[in-house]
Amino acid sequence: MLRVVSGVSLVAERGQVTALLGANGAGKTTTLECAQGLQKRSGGSISLLGQDPAAAGAELRSRVGVMLQDGGLPPSARPVPLLRHIAGLYAQPWPVEDLVDRLGIGSFSRTTVRRLSGGQKQRLALAAALVGRPEVLFLDEPSAGLDPQSRQLVFELIGELRDAGMGIILTTHLMDDAQRLADYVYIIDGGRNVAEGTVQELLQRGPAVEAGADHVRTLAFDAQPGLDLSGVLPADVAVLEERAGSYTATGALTPSHLAALAEWWAAHDIMPAAMTLQARSLEDVFLDISGKDIR
Amino acid sequence: MNRSSAGAAAAVPVSPGAPGGQQPAPLFRRILLQGKYEALAMLRNGEQLILAVVLPLLALVGLTVTPFLDGLGASRIDVAVPGILALCAMSTAFTGQGIATGFDRRYGVLRFLSTTPLGRGGLIAGKVLSVLVVLCLQVAVVAAVGLALGWQPTAAGWVPGLLLLALGAAAFTALGLLVAGTVRPEATLAITNLLWILLGALGGIVIPAERLPAAAQQIVGFLPSGALGEALRDAFLHGAVNGAATLILVLWTILAGAAAIRWFKWN
Repeated sequence: MLRVVSGVSLVAERGQVTALLGANGAGKTTTLECAQGLQKRSGGSISLLGQDPAAAGAELRSRVGVMLQDGGLPPSARPVPLLRHIAGLYAQPWPVEDLVDRLGIGSFSRTTVRRLSGGQKQRLALAAALVGRPEVLFLDEPSAGLDPQSRQLVFELIGELRDAGMGIILTTHLMDDAQRLADYVYIIDGGRNVAEGTVQELLQRGPAVEAGADHVRTLAFDAQPGLDLSGVLPADVAVLEERAGSYTATGALTPSHLAALAEWWAAHDIMPAAMTLQARSLEDVFLDISGKDIR
Repeated sequence: MNRSSAGAAAAVPVSPGAPGGQQPAPLFRRILLQGKYEALAMLRNGEQLILAVVLPLLALVGLTVTPFLDGLGASRIDVAVPGILALCAMSTAFTGQGIATGFDRRYGVLRFLSTTPLGRGGLIAGKVLSVLVVLCLQVAVVAAVGLALGWQPTAAGWVPGLLLLALGAAAFTALGLLVAGTVRPEATLAITNLLWILLGALGGIVIPAERLPAAAQQIVGFLPSGALGEALRDAFLHGAVNGAATLILVLWTILAGAAAIRWFKWN
């Protein structure tokens, strides 16, 4: 038996966006599909609205909306008749016209699914997941293929649904999405959840933070390869030459650290070709936890 | 979508269901809706219409102008129509439904619909309903053309004939789902089309066993195609129920249905 997920434990609350964050193949979709009742699990327990999703009846399914990673929409269908058909499966669906307006589906309502762009398919799949007015919404990689305008629209809607009390569980490998949308994040790696917390809590993780610093930043600069920067910055600032000539210094950087580095550059007649200073991001946390190796 | 349309859309308020407030539509309505949706999809598909209506009608005309069926009944058309009705059941329930289900599986449609109140059971029930609806239309068209060509079925044959046609459709639906649920859709396409041609020509469905090569005569009676063809000819030619053929169809339905339940992969 192939074990894809073993050691994931998570709770998603109403009125919150809970994100499962992980690299491709980490086990996010498998976790989600077990929670939706789409895959049989060989062990463990799952409670969805107080019931086991593997034995879900129509009553439970009517309270849950699902947007699959591959859409799951028939290629020959046209958006509005398809949404009307799905709406008919519920006692009190979301009015299809409202949903079509809300997600900008009207502009491609007469186009078959097979001819829609990736972003249009995503919006239609989201509408199909929402048309039953669910209490719990599962979104598998919701921003895949979305153009910037569609992404803004979808993110605004997710925020409104969360504020209206819907429990939203989404998977993503895009750190920006999780940082922007999620109230609570589980980082999944190798089929296990390896870290969890609010975005702020996760940003506070790391060696420098544990040493007592409040704000971790990364200074990145490009200069000639092979510089020996030892002793320029304190030991709790991690200095790396990530590629030949590309350096990062990560830690609780202060103005005096920047001044010391600039002084050292001046003393050695070094003028960096490029330089950025960034606050620690969720991506930094993710790479710290799961490593930088390609899986 | 442009920025102005996104801005206008924001006026529509969001309205998730109240906790515990959402309910599914009644079971009967869900199955009826799915059956209607699938039947319309099937009828709008040009290739499916060719397979379901055009080819059976061409075969019907072909059998009335050639001597293959001479001596088996009062007229060629009387022998031909029951076989063509059986061919219609195989077209729709096995080949058409199998291919559609195979591609629905490929595109994740089965997985998505199984997360809605329809569920897996409702989805299968909807597919069976759509097969029956399309089959009713096929019967109407073939019977009308047959009557126009001089078909004179035994009056007592209609009830057992139509019931046996439904039983044959059940057997072929189970076989179609078994193929669609276990192999890739491209393989489903190849297998179901190939079997349609082979069984149509040599499976005892439109050409009775006694007119087939000796080697084929020994086995066609045990195939669902041969059993359905024989059962329908006995019903419409003689008003009789062929017990052996009926039993074979029941066995195919049970075995293929059980195998489909056991091995059908939704992913």
